[in-house]
Amino acid sequence: MDAPFAAATESPLVEQETRSKEAVDLPWQVVVHNDPVNLMTYVTMVFQKVFGFTREKAEKHMLEVHREGRSIVWSGLRERAELYVQQLHGHLLLATLERTN
Amino acid sequence: MEIRRHEEVLEIAELDPFLAELLRQIPESTKAEGVEAAERRLFSLPIDASEAELCAEWKIYVEPELRRLFQSATETVTADLKPLNGKAKPFANCTLRIPLKNADAWLNALNQARLVIASKFGFTEGELCDHYRSPLGSRRDLSLFQVNFYGFLQEFILQETNGGSSNGGSSSAEI
Repeated sequence: MDAPFAAATESPLVEQETRSKEAVDLPWQVVVHNDPVNLMTYVTMVFQKVFGFTREKAEKHMLEVHREGRSIVWSGLRERAELYVQQLHGHLLLATLERTN
Repeated sequence: MEIRRHEEVLEIAELDPFLAELLRQIPESTKAEGVEAAERRLFSLPIDASEAELCAEWKIYVEPELRRLFQSATETVTADLKPLNGKAKPFANCTLRIPLKNADAWLNALNQARLVIASKFGFTEGELCDHYRSPLGSRRDLSLFQVNFYGFLQEFILQETNGGSSNGGSSSAEI
C-alpha cells in the first residue's frame, strides 16, 4: 500500500495528465423545470422527440417535472448538454444546464 | 366547432366568427416584443446567470437561431390561416384546413402564443387549470379562454401526430 500512495503524492501531475477530456467535462446535467403553461402531453412528446425516450420514460420525467418542479433528463458532456438545452428551448420548454454536484 | 382529421389534413369545421377571430390572432399573439416577462420566458437563460460567459455566448449565437425558428413556425401558421381572411360573408361559419405536415409549426406557434399571453397577464397555475371559470367577463378572462382554446388545438394536433388516433385515418372532437 505504501508504494502506490507515495508515487501518487510525489507526482500528482501524472494523474491529471491521464484523465481524459471526457472525464474532466463529465459533470453536467440537463434539467427541465415546471411550467404551468406547457401541456403535459406536449412535454411528453418533446422528451420523446429530443431524447428518443420511450413514451413510458418520457411520461415518468414529465410527471417528475410536474410534481417535483424539475427533472434531470440527461447528464454527460457539456457540449452535448448545451445542444439538448437549445433543442428544448426550441420547443419552448424551460430547461437549464447544471453542473452535477 | 368540429375538429377532425381527414388523411393528411386537420380540418376545423363549423368555425364561428368568434373562434375564427381567435385563430386569426395566433400570429399577433406570438409577439413578445415590448413585454419583458414574455421575452424572458421565450428566451430563457440556459444556465444560472452567474455563468456570465455562457449566457453572453448564448445571446449571441443561440438566441438568433431560436428567433428564426419561432418566426418560421409563425409564418407557416400565418400562411395556413390565409383562407380565413377576406371572407365574403364575415359572419358566417367557415372551415380551416391545416396540412398535417405543418403540425410541428402549429404546435410551436400555439405554444409561443400561449406563453406570451400567459406572461402578459401573469396567469397562475390555478387559473390555467380552472376550466370551469366563466369566460369573457374581462379582457383577462378572454385571454385565459384564448390560452385554453389554443391548448385544446394543441391537444388535438398532438393526438393526431403522436399515435393517439385509433383508426389512423380520421377522428374528430367538438368544442
